[in-house]
Amino acid sequence: MSLGSNLDLLTVTFYGTAIALILIGLYAALVKRSLIKILIGLSIVDSGINLLLVSIGYLKGGTAPIFSPAVIDKNPAMVDPVPQALVLTAIVIGFAVTAVALALVIRLYRHHKTVNIDEIKNLKW
Amino acid sequence: MDILTISIIIMAILQIGAAIYAVIQKDLLYAVIATSVISLILSIFFYVLQAPDVALTEAAIGVALTTIVFVITIRNTERHEDKRHVKIGNKIIKK
Amino acid sequence: MKKVIVLILLAVVAYYLVDVFSQIKFGENRFQGENVRDFYLDKSKNDLHVSNSVTSIVVNFRGFDTLGEVTVLFLAATALGSVLYRRKAHGEAVLFNASTIVRSGAHLLFAPILLLGAYVFIHGHLSPGGGFQGGTIIATGFLLMLLAYHDYKVSHGVLTWVESLAGLTFASLGLTGLILGKTFLENFLPIGTINDLFSGGIIPIIYIAVGFKVGAELTGVLYTMLNEKEYKKS
Repeated sequence: MSLGSNLDLLTVTFYGTAIALILIGLYAALVKRSLIKILIGLSIVDSGINLLLVSIGYLKGGTAPIFSPAVIDKNPAMVDPVPQALVLTAIVIGFAVTAVALALVIRLYRHHKTVNIDEIKNLKW
Repeated sequence: MDILTISIIIMAILQIGAAIYAVIQKDLLYAVIATSVISLILSIFFYVLQAPDVALTEAAIGVALTTIVFVITIRNTERHEDKRHVKIGNKIIKK
Repeated sequence: MKKVIVLILLAVVAYYLVDVFSQIKFGENRFQGENVRDFYLDKSKNDLHVSNSVTSIVVNFRGFDTLGEVTVLFLAATALGSVLYRRKAHGEAVLFNASTIVRSGAHLLFAPILLLGAYVFIHGHLSPGGGFQGGTIIATGFLLMLLAYHDYKVSHGVLTWVESLAGLTFASLGLTGLILGKTFLENFLPIGTINDLFSGGIIPIIYIAVGFKVGAELTGVLYTMLNEKEYKKS
């Protein structure tokens, strides 16, 4: 499966989707008052950045960077494996960060009975 | 314009729509399901961009585990973003 | 007022992002002359005999990075346990078993999911997949059982042992390279022929260890989060 000839259109699609996801997520993280909504926004930013990094590494007509028996003799052009390894790491770390942040939200709710950051006034637990 | 390009554009529009829905929806449970839709389409994009390893990771972590962790948090805290408006049936009641 | 400031900020960010990425052509061959992509692909095929070059980057060329990443995951699991710690549960939990259909389905699917996870991380150097993906799939299997039975117990002692042994395997394989007078994480085992199950030297062993470690850590994270229940006021 290879992407067709409309490379200009696909450029706009992939980069545009990634940048739009980053901006929507940043907007949610800056404007919303609920802590869970802020974390949802940050996870959307994460998705956008991952899409941006993988689409930078794409090569037109390239195959996946795996020397399976079907392609090893043909010596095909391959996409860049370095951003893929980077994004693999980023996704796993992103999940760990989200889980710890949500645990802190649960802990805050136990003490304040709210997740709205306007109502959590004192800095003490 | 082959069929692949058209379906990619449709999926991109769906993804941005799901992101906007996740941000404006007041019921947090619906917002979390919308983020899992974003991750699902993202994993299809990774497969199209010749990154099967990343697609597998995103499908397992983004769609399953992140969603369940958010759902557990919502179960233990509160479901509605704005606590003053509680939806009962079809009516929105102001506390 | 605040929304206006945020929108101005987002417009500035959008302008710079679009400006930068309009200069990087999508799908263009940017790899002329000697470059890092061809170096990694060539080394992976000819020196390491690993067919999945993403695996060879994650485990071998940037293996030290992966060791740090696994440590971050371990720290996240530990931090989660200590943040959600409760001295004693007062009252009883208000949770019920799932229906019979869900419980039978979970029983039926549990073993195949674990088998799929093991397949994915054992064949990490041959096909798409690897330790992180396989470990996550195994954690998903345990999640299914935890959702179906409200009193399903996962032993924290066993999880700690599996995780420590896997981490120890990773670190000691790295240190063996130093003992043999080479670098940390040096590939000292015979590399075999490409596309065989036994190929790539220490790479499959390390990825299997990573699979066990990630599976144990994520299962621990999910178990801690799911045990945080709403208690009745007694």
